Amino acid sequence: MLQQLNEEKVFKDPVHRYIHVRDSIIWDLIGTKEFQRLRRIRQLGTTFLTFHGAEHSRFSHSLGVYEIVRRIIEIFQGRPHWNNEERILCLAAALLHDIGHGPYSHSFEKVFNLDHEDFTQSIILGDTEVNSVLKKVDGDFPRKVSEVIAKTYENKLVVSMISSQIDADRMDYLLRDAYFTGVSYGQFDIERILRVMRPKEDQVVIKHSGMHAVEDYIMSRYQMYWQVYFHPVTRSAEVILSKILHRAKALHEEGYTFKLEPIHFVSLFNDDVDLDDYIKLDEGIIQFYFQAWQEEKDEILSDLCERFLNRRLFKYMEFNPNDHMEHWHRLYTYFVKAKIDPDYYLIVDSSSDLPYDFYRPGEEEERLPIHLLMKSGEYRELSRESTVVEAISGKKRTDHKLYYPSDLVERIEDQDLKRKISEILEL
Amino acid sequence: MLEHHARLVALFDYAREVVGRKKLQKMVYIAKKLNFPFGEKYQFHFYGPYSEELTLRVEELCNLGFIEETKEKVSGYYQYRYTLTGEGEQFLKHYDLDLEPLKDCVTSMNEKPSRMLELISTILYFDHLSNGEIVEKIQVVKQKQKYTEEEIEEAFRYIEDLKSQQ
Repeated sequence: MLQQLNEEKVFKDPVHRYIHVRDSIIWDLIGTKEFQRLRRIRQLGTTFLTFHGAEHSRFSHSLGVYEIVRRIIEIFQGRPHWNNEERILCLAAALLHDIGHGPYSHSFEKVFNLDHEDFTQSIILGDTEVNSVLKKVDGDFPRKVSEVIAKTYENKLVVSMISSQIDADRMDYLLRDAYFTGVSYGQFDIERILRVMRPKEDQVVIKHSGMHAVEDYIMSRYQMYWQVYFHPVTRSAEVILSKILHRAKALHEEGYTFKLEPIHFVSLFNDDVDLDDYIKLDEGIIQFYFQAWQEEKDEILSDLCERFLNRRLFKYMEFNPNDHMEHWHRLYTYFVKAKIDPDYYLIVDSSSDLPYDFYRPGEEEERLPIHLLMKSGEYRELSRESTVVEAISGKKRTDHKLYYPSDLVERIEDQDLKRKISEILEL
Repeated sequence: MLEHHARLVALFDYAREVVGRKKLQKMVYIAKKLNFPFGEKYQFHFYGPYSEELTLRVEELCNLGFIEETKEKVSGYYQYRYTLTGEGEQFLKHYDLDLEPLKDCVTSMNEKPSRMLELISTILYFDHLSNGEIVEKIQVVKQKQKYTEEEIEEAFRYIEDLKSQQ
């Protein structure tokens, strides 16, 4: 029997009102240094530069995912296919599913060729406080938690509660991100969805009577992508952030001497990051270096850091690689002539560069879709029943943008060059 | 700029035609595991390694007219066929990718059924384990596919063949 707390603990939460903890193991996991570190990592990275309220952390999201799974389990109790011995495994995996995220992880992963999922595995299985707490359940428990999060655990129902196209992770981040960004379109009726979820052999399915609540969830997901996650201003900040990291790495490789030795970055620059180094990284550390690098003699690094910290972001224009390829080549040449390094100041960003996904109906076994449980007992894929979801699934969902610093273009002294660049950029 | 897109277009150029989204997913994953420079991030999903980034990138290439996607109904389900377009060929001319060694690998993978590619990519996903552990893992995560011992042996052999060609 797993140890329970003498009294239930609760966290006040703006999305779920209360997050309830009764299991000692969950309470102890929350208290580990690896989990507390998530307080210092924003859930939405650079989005706070567009939506100033988006300061919420991966800590609060992780608690939210845990709470949703806890509520799903209450609904599953006593139903066929649900094995209550998996309860604490589901709760621990829900709580720890993002434990390996670092600061601004999307850009960091791209630039330094990292994968936060590898660090999730290392934190759960390595010599960490999290691992010590998990082992109190039993010696094999860390492995099981790591497999649920890696989606390779044998019980697919457990995996699908935390990671599928309608899972606790997505439901929490949509509601939480909508709340903190202040947008009104991320809302859906989570209580209703939870009530119509049913455990099946391989996945969670939705009672057909709950289809409209799921439509709302899919719609809110669709709108959040375009209105928040794919927001062009956030993407501009992300472009600058990744260029700062590229520049710092390139300078290190050239043997450049930084005024302030970037000791927290050295293992990243050398592609040799161990867990201890990684756990030390948080947004405070990164912002500290960005502050310091504003004073560097390398003009590109100092300029990019100043832009990021003071929100002097790049402007953008729609870019169609089919029509604008020649434009891009010309712009590249003009930028070189104007002594604006195009590798840092002329960037095409695509929707596929962003870490979010649309609903996919799972044709050709590409991805497990959302299944509705019909009155007859058979399953039907959601978009086959819902015209709303079908309509969204067929829409064009991609775009490409060209980012550039309009202020630097404005300052070009060669008027002919400036005119040519301005014409292409439609300035 | 758009180098990741260009590498995918090169893959379609070598393959001439890829039939099936699952097949495409697994081909890119296997090529990536063989150290070809594909940057798409993969995670393990119900049907093996899957990249949402790749799915969206292919959607982008279709929307740009660089590849053509044809939806075909085959005995009760839909299948997607991908071919390179003239615009795609033009796009590729802007890049000097030096991916010639990929050609034989892509041609060879394209001749394999997607069921086999799913098995091969799953083996590669667990390549940090011993062969015995990999077989055990396949029996857990791919229980429903009911892969035979012969198929698993063939997959291991094929991986060795691909690696020896690098």
